Amino acid sequence: DISDAGLKYHLELVLEDILDNDSTVNCTAEVLYHSGNKNLAPDVQFTIHGELKNTDDADNIFYNRIKSLEKELVAENIPDSHGNVAPEMEPIRLLAWAASGYVIWQNSNENTDFQLAQIKHVKQVKRNDEYLEFDYMILLHDMASQEIIPWQMTVLWHPQHGVQVTQDSRQPKHELE
Amino acid sequence: MKILLVFAALVAAAGSEQLFVGDQVLRITASNEEQIALLRMLGERTELQVDFWRDPTIPGHPADLRVPFSSLQAVKIFLESNSISYSIMIEDVQELLDEEKRTMMKSRRLERSTSTFDFASYHTIDEIYNWMDTLVNDHPSLVSKIQIGQSYENRPLYVLKFSTGGSNRPAIWLDTGIHSREWITQATGIWTANKIAKEYGQDPSITSILDSIDIFFEIVTNPDGFAFTHSSNRMWRKTRSINAGSLCVGVDPNRNWDAGFGGSGSSSNPCSETYHGPYAHSEREVKAIVDFIRGHGNVKSVISIHSYSQMLLYPYGYKTAPAPDHQELNELAKKAVSDLAAVYGTKYTYGSIVDTIYKADGTTVDWAYDNGVKYSFTFELRDTGRYGFLLPSSQIIPTATETWPALLDIMVHVLEHPY
Repeated sequence: DISDAGLKYHLELVLEDILDNDSTVNCTAEVLYHSGNKNLAPDVQFTIHGELKNTDDADNIFYNRIKSLEKELVAENIPDSHGNVAPEMEPIRLLAWAASGYVIWQNSNENTDFQLAQIKHVKQVKRNDEYLEFDYMILLHDMASQEIIPWQMTVLWHPQHGVQVTQDSRQPKHELE
Repeated sequence: MKILLVFAALVAAAGSEQLFVGDQVLRITASNEEQIALLRMLGERTELQVDFWRDPTIPGHPADLRVPFSSLQAVKIFLESNSISYSIMIEDVQELLDEEKRTMMKSRRLERSTSTFDFASYHTIDEIYNWMDTLVNDHPSLVSKIQIGQSYENRPLYVLKFSTGGSNRPAIWLDTGIHSREWITQATGIWTANKIAKEYGQDPSITSILDSIDIFFEIVTNPDGFAFTHSSNRMWRKTRSINAGSLCVGVDPNRNWDAGFGGSGSSSNPCSETYHGPYAHSEREVKAIVDFIRGHGNVKSVISIHSYSQMLLYPYGYKTAPAPDHQELNELAKKAVSDLAAVYGTKYTYGSIVDTIYKADGTTVDWAYDNGVKYSFTFELRDTGRYGFLLPSSQIIPTATETWPALLDIMVHVLEHPY
């Protein structure tokens, strides 16, 4: 308990590669939830004790595939109702996973527990530069309240420059659905 | 077609009764010529003993590869490190073969039977209700279907009764699908009901259990919600009852029970996913179970199955004070979770609801416990968030398979500890 600031947690965790269960790396982190302004994202400091796998090859394959599409990519319901993800959509899902991590971080407090539940809709946005841009509508599931929260996010990505969420906004739930 | 392929491909080996336990069939899609070449090289590595059921030809066209269990890890690493995308088409070849054998040996007189039902995919409410009838048909002396009430939208609430006779024997209650979006639970329920019927007379544990105890199994506990997840909103959780004075529909059926009803572990807002409803047991789906269990008078265990989080929970959710039987329930949970993990390594946490997940008021198991049902448990099945409610159908059978020993542990304990 850090009086006047908030509650600080020290975490020891293991990162596991989604694509390879046996590839793990240890990580330590400190998370400070602010007690004053509850709208402030928690402070996070972390250290990765080891090396993350190099993903250059996969990144470049994906990048080139999208760059060479004749029409902008559009897709919906990833995964679908049955949990299926078409193999070519898997990187789109992983990108959403990474980007939603940022959105979740920015909107987390001690009473939330968000997971990415589904990509409702994704649309590629044409760009003149080397970046890829995707406009996502995702559903976040908050385990604590059990609510499903639609969220829009604009995601930029480039193999060498990584992921960026340039814009995001919580969407109203349609009550008649 | 797939069935013929499997049989044809393995008929040579079948003669000498070669087993294919744990072997998988991977559907691989090469995205360029280089990857095609790599796949062909993979096929030539004799030490791996893989065989292509569908050869890699041109990029974009899937190739199907059977991989023996012992080579699985090596092959997957090869594919992943070369960024060759694949999916698991068949989780366990032996299981498929056994299933086929059963199917083929079945008499032609049987039009539909439970052995041709696809347990590895998600079904609609009609398909499930039809399957229930075939289960009863296939095991008429063990299984019967009873109706305990109607949902808000007047769908029948069906319960499968497993009984070897007697009169008002002690009973175990199981329910799945009370939260309609938790599709893995109804799917697990179907597989488990089928397993119970199949294993009576084969598996010593379930046989002893059913020789003294009846099992009541409600698979589609929230049919209106379930139909809604198919027709309109896959993420629907609650019932579909109309709330007076609100545009928002539905009550959380796992906050509607009379145990700590209306507390802070639920919401008074009809628009909320945890809305407790106007009063306890306001929901027909809940009232039907309350009336059934009260009317029965001899229910010794209530096991309510949810997803996701991978947890095994016992009362209380509405208060922090430990349940009087806390120690015994904890020990039993510990054993069940350990036996579950032994199947595929799936890790569960366990404990009281309030300690392990969150404060939750008006839950099924708290009501059951406070009404004399000592062995009251809630399962939260796979996964822990990667797919969440949208668990791939390829995980249905593994999930049900690993949950089975845990369920057995609880049921055996009920058998061995009468009260």
